[in-house]
Amino acid sequence: MSAYRITGETGEWEVIVGLEVHAQIVSQSKLFSGASAEYGGEPNTHVSLVDAGFPGMLPVLNRECVAQAVRTGLGLRAQINLFSRFDRKNYFYADLPTGYQISQFEHPIVGKGTVEIELSDGEVRHIGVTRMHMEQDAGKSIHDQDPTRSFIDLNRAGVALMEIVSEPDIRSPEEAGAYLRKLRQILRYLGTCDGNMEEGSMRADVNVSVRREGEEGYRTRCEIKNVNSVRFVMQAIEVEAQRQVDIWESGGEIDQETRLFDHVKSETRSLRTKEDAHDYRYFPEPDLLPLVIEQSWVDELKAALPELPEDKRARLEKEYGVSRYESGVLTAEQSVADFYETVARGADARLATNWILGDFFAALNRTGRSIEDSPVSAEALRELLALISDSTINGKIAKEVLEDMVETGERASVIVDRKGLRQVTDTGAIEAAINDILAANADKVAEYKSGKDKLFGFFVGQTMKAMKGKANPAMVNELLKKLLTA
Amino acid sequence: MSSIFDYTLASAREALRARKVSAVELVDAHIEAIERLDGGLNSFITRTPEQARLAAKEADTLLAKGEGGSLCGLPIGIKDLFATEGVRTTAASKILGNFVPPYESTVTANLKRDGAISLGKLNLDEFAMGSTNLTSAFGGVENPWKRRDSDAKLVPGGSSGGSAAAVAAGLVLGATGTDTGGSIRQPAAFCGITGIKPTYGRCSRFGTIAFASSLDQAGPMARNLQDCAILLESMAGFDPKDSTSVNKPVPHYEAALGRGVKGLKVGIPKEYRIDGLPAEIEAIWQQGINWLKEAGAEVVDISLPHTKYGLPAYYIAALAEASSNLARYDGVRFGERVKGDSLDALYEATRAAGFGDEVKRRILLGTYVLSSGYYDAYYLRAQKVRTLLQRDFLKAYETVDVILAPTAPSGAFAWDEKPTDPVQVYLNDVFTVPASMAGVPALSIPAGLDSRGVPLGLQLIGRFFDEETLLAAGSVLEKAASFTHRPTIHAGVSA
Repeated sequence: MSAYRITGETGEWEVIVGLEVHAQIVSQSKLFSGASAEYGGEPNTHVSLVDAGFPGMLPVLNRECVAQAVRTGLGLRAQINLFSRFDRKNYFYADLPTGYQISQFEHPIVGKGTVEIELSDGEVRHIGVTRMHMEQDAGKSIHDQDPTRSFIDLNRAGVALMEIVSEPDIRSPEEAGAYLRKLRQILRYLGTCDGNMEEGSMRADVNVSVRREGEEGYRTRCEIKNVNSVRFVMQAIEVEAQRQVDIWESGGEIDQETRLFDHVKSETRSLRTKEDAHDYRYFPEPDLLPLVIEQSWVDELKAALPELPEDKRARLEKEYGVSRYESGVLTAEQSVADFYETVARGADARLATNWILGDFFAALNRTGRSIEDSPVSAEALRELLALISDSTINGKIAKEVLEDMVETGERASVIVDRKGLRQVTDTGAIEAAINDILAANADKVAEYKSGKDKLFGFFVGQTMKAMKGKANPAMVNELLKKLLTA
Repeated sequence: MSSIFDYTLASAREALRARKVSAVELVDAHIEAIERLDGGLNSFITRTPEQARLAAKEADTLLAKGEGGSLCGLPIGIKDLFATEGVRTTAASKILGNFVPPYESTVTANLKRDGAISLGKLNLDEFAMGSTNLTSAFGGVENPWKRRDSDAKLVPGGSSGGSAAAVAAGLVLGATGTDTGGSIRQPAAFCGITGIKPTYGRCSRFGTIAFASSLDQAGPMARNLQDCAILLESMAGFDPKDSTSVNKPVPHYEAALGRGVKGLKVGIPKEYRIDGLPAEIEAIWQQGINWLKEAGAEVVDISLPHTKYGLPAYYIAALAEASSNLARYDGVRFGERVKGDSLDALYEATRAAGFGDEVKRRILLGTYVLSSGYYDAYYLRAQKVRTLLQRDFLKAYETVDVILAPTAPSGAFAWDEKPTDPVQVYLNDVFTVPASMAGVPALSIPAGLDSRGVPLGLQLIGRFFDEETLLAAGSVLEKAASFTHRPTIHAGVSA
């Protein structure tokens, strides 16, 4: 694939992107308190005194959150730091009850790792992960409910987040999108983050700079805060890179600053300049001891990790003979892969692949359902395919049966029996039907015999129609040939 | 027994069990004494006589059945830094307003569990920041002691000044204190009572309003060591709600009191002989050395070479943490709020009105030392000094079992003698801060009076979690000193 370049007045520019992804850890309770970490709920109902920063309250680290962070680090093929430490990041805001966020600044729990991405042309790239740390989320300020007052919802305050920081290895909006989707896929496979960007459980800060083609080193970057969809991240990079190129080319300078992406106007806007940047006054959190974990515990977690997307993909290709493209689609979500394997295991894998990627996905799309609430279970689909394999029905009838299954939720065999769709393999019945058709179309038979081979299809169609589609197609072919040459 | 106010915590405990006195009598007498004397002393911020009387009745019911915990029916006071469920908790600051916590600190919950009866919340320096108890938003506390030659009000020391004054004046049998850099030991010395700062991690910090989290430690204050031992045994213990509390069994501290010091090695740190140390302090220190020698201890000169860096490093480390710990007092969720046109204006107005000068000064200093560009020069170096101070002690404890030093560089001074230069006030902590920085336990006991009739304290500093040796050595000093003096203002003295 040709490299992504922005063509300016004076030449070609390369885009340099690094992403900081905030991913909410899947856990029952918050990072340092027993309050529920569940999304939603009436405002301020998932709040403990610790989350609300009451005097004398102390944080107590949630062991499950640490396990989730370690699993994530393992999933990113990253260094797990047996010693890590929490720090306080100090700033004042109304939805930050204690006036500081507990984070890991100097000693994160996860060190360097990599994420493998695949681009649309099949090119594979490795994006470095610099580090990953745990931190607590802030609450939510609500400014649009009252003309003079703001409201604070602390349900989210204290929920555990992972901040995954990439190296500045990303070179195009497409790569950024692929990286985010891959990261999301890994986290969802691991069950460490639900990856739900609409609910804010994954958000990205995007660092963008540009440089002339062939230039060494980096120019000043800007950070675009809190972008909450893959599409917006890609758009933001595009417009921000273009903005920077325009400024450089007109002889200007880029100021290091924090910017916001406005997707309606498709532009980025300055949020605060370097001069207004917070001085977070990081220092070690004195209410918590350093976090020391055992290698044996890491090993235990590693042994219990689910199969990761790349591994699963390779295995599906090997075990079921699916193509590289098909394995990509089938492993995009773990639930799809599980569904696929339930259907394909011990069945005709090719038939299963074609049906799932074809008619079954089409049925899901048509009904607007996801694989999790599919109207047809994997077991039911397997039964349908078995009916094809053992010639109980033919493929065409099977499509009709699937539609019926989606609608009624009935089993394939029940529908086949109810509608009398069982394939006719009785030679006598088929022969009788063919003879009727040949008799009624004597002119066409003559044309056929005089060399108009194409008419064979016409006879097949007429026979199937007469048999209401239930005739075994192979037998129809065979008998037609025999009777037409008789 | 001539007066109900002659009881110590231990003797009152025996009298209650023997039904020589009832909890109601004991509590009523102390409530009456508070009413009689505390208008002047101002050692209480909030009094809770009704709750106390109810608790006393319940205690008598239990005692009559031979039941009740180790502190059943004993009236005590709680430093107003401990959150008490349903009872206003102020930290002696305006910013908490009429904050009534819906929760109880672990330390006070432990005392309650064992049957202690709180008579109310005791005054302190605002957010425990001070060595005089004059920074309280609820007014200063008067030391019940007076100089022989003057009626001038003396400071009780701080920050646990209300606790020290109330115990000294006989208003309570014991009290809780907290010690960050000397806040139990120095007021104990100034008021002629006994106080223990246990090893960091011995008592839970849960529910105690934080000043400097890595240094704050709760401890008992009472009229003698036995009383302190009884209280500490109740207060101490592992708490899963405080990650810095230590999971070690709590010993029966009273049992250590009679161990004696035969063969014990006592270290005398040469660096504590600071320039300008008053002769009277030097003399009482020497007296302490002699007492321990006479009891069979071996006295050894030792060096704690980094002592002189202790005080500046302490003020950096403590104030850095304080600046962050006090950020939560912003007027948003609890306490006082002064309205503003914007969020920043609300913060500024609330914090300007809510915090006193000393607290503001410390927040500013703490913010400064953590600021970008200064962190390495101040905070990081202070942390390094802290490690060195800790190493000093660990090295010393290779050769000695306990260290003897003065508690404070002077006796109590008058309210109007408080230096105008805050750094001069900070110097009060010079002998107490190193043990805080190292996290090791220390205690102060009254050892005698200065030439003007004001008490002086001696400090013992021990090994990590070896409060027992401290108690054993302290008990020897206590016996030798036989400090039976009483302050001018005392519940047992009718006006």
